Amino acid sequence: MISYDFEYHKPTSISEATHLYQSLQSQGKKPMYYCGGTEILTLGRVNRIVTGAIIDIKGILDCNVLKLEENLLIMGVANTLTKLNETNYFPLLSKTIIEIADHTARNKITLGGNICANIFYREAVLPLLLTDSQVVIASPNGVKVSFIHEVFHQTLNLNDGEFLVQVKTDNSYFKMPYVSVKRRRQWDIGYPLITVAAIKNDNEIRVAFSGLCSFPFRSQQIEQSLNNRQISRQSRIDQVINDIPAPILDDVHGSAEYRLFVLKYTLNNVLDALEGERHA
Amino acid sequence: MLKSEITLYVNGEPRQVYVRHTDTLLHTLRENLGLTGAKPGCLNGDCGACTIDIDEEPIKSCLTLSVESTDKKITTVEGLQNAQIQKEFIKKFAFQCGYCTPGFIMNCNALINKYPDADDAKIKDWLESNICRCTGYAEIEEAIKAVLTKNQQGLSS
Ligand SMILES: Cc1cc2nc3c(=O)[nH]c(=O)nc-3n(C[C@H](O)[C@H](O)[C@H](O)COP(=O)(O)OP(=O)(O)OC[C@H]3O[C@@H](n4cnc5c(N)ncnc54)[C@H](O)[C@@H]3O)c2cc1C
Ligand code: FES
Ligand code: FES
Repeated sequence: MISYDFEYHKPTSISEATHLYQSLQSQGKKPMYYCGGTEILTLGRVNRIVTGAIIDIKGILDCNVLKLEENLLIMGVANTLTKLNETNYFPLLSKTIIEIADHTARNKITLGGNICANIFYREAVLPLLLTDSQVVIASPNGVKVSFIHEVFHQTLNLNDGEFLVQVKTDNSYFKMPYVSVKRRRQWDIGYPLITVAAIKNDNEIRVAFSGLCSFPFRSQQIEQSLNNRQISRQSRIDQVINDIPAPILDDVHGSAEYRLFVLKYTLNNVLDALEGERHA
Repeated sequence: MLKSEITLYVNGEPRQVYVRHTDTLLHTLRENLGLTGAKPGCLNGDCGACTIDIDEEPIKSCLTLSVESTDKKITTVEGLQNAQIQKEFIKKFAFQCGYCTPGFIMNCNALINKYPDADDAKIKDWLESNICRCTGYAEIEEAIKAVLTKNQQGLSS
């Protein structure tokens, strides 16, 4: 039960949504875009999200698209994690998102909501970072398309009033070997201790992390170290640890030491999967 | 506007309700429509006690606004009326206190309809959405499998 009240709007076009946002903002209502709503409702209930108006973008056709067009998979942000998993166009994305929350929650959680979530895991971002996906962002001035690494730095950097409409991924990535490992402290569902996703493009391994620092990331430095086959596997992993770009999380899900221990083990698994034992 | 009169299609009938836009479907079903089958548990998406079926898929009604549910087919446990899965829950003693049961039943009902040949992995994946504090999950799995088997053999319970 949310203790405060908000207005509910359900626009049917991108321009209607962005103009609504501007108008509600000018009335001091601090509007929020609403997709699956699972985070807005759970954090709203404990007053960690307070808004005077929500703009439900599920009525916008562009946000519901899910199709392959030539070599690009176009994913509207209102697609639920279940739908993306069932259609399974993008196997690494399917594998990563099937580990988020639980089956019934995934019927409501959307791609856009997970990418833009306040909670720092945002695991759906990992496959998108690894595949240099493009993001389609709407603003009152129109729609722009950017590569995700241009606009995603710890979070998706949106200006006030902008919202994410679609994600586009080149399907040549879908055939590459991949691995996605979610480690939890206990149980089979819920938030991760760490999640590591990786693909092998030609001979180069790309890797992205969630739950290790207070934001999901992919790092060039880490990939250089991981791909340095001049040194032993153990040295490569040690180098990766040195390259971690921010403090390692230390919270109720696990201490920093424990996360580090699990990370080393998981990186070994990733190398086993993508390079085979002989590189050990 | 912070409140609206809306029509919800619940258990095959249109129902008009006056809701706050912040009202969850769980709240509206219980407090406005007297359908108390969906249970408030954690109210946080974790326990599954509030599960109902929307357009044949299980959904946690505590994670859903009433105003976003107007164009959907909503089924609560009251709408099932002696479904096979309900009978098998009784036969297999798949509950103790019963608080979690409507949520489990709605989840199982959707599973059986969507995947008539669901395997163990599918059943496990779906059942992870609901928490029972009293009993083990073995009896619940047995109840699902009994319905699946009977359906496959063309039998009714
Ligand atoms: C039971 C449960 C378990 C969970 N387990 C996990 C887990 O294991 N891993 C994990 O990563 N997360 C987990 N979560 C968190 C969940 O992933 C987030 O709450 C979810 O991603 C939000 O998605 P949503 O579609 O419901 O978003 P919403 O609640 O609609 O929105 C979330 C935020 O994103 C903004 N937003 C939404 N869409 C857009 C858009 N298109 N453009 C701009 N901003 C937008 C909203 O304004 C809001 O701030 C769990 C949540 C629950 C309830
Ligand atoms: S009350 Fe909805 S999941 Fe617990
Ligand atoms: S039977 Fe008591 S909580 Fe499940």
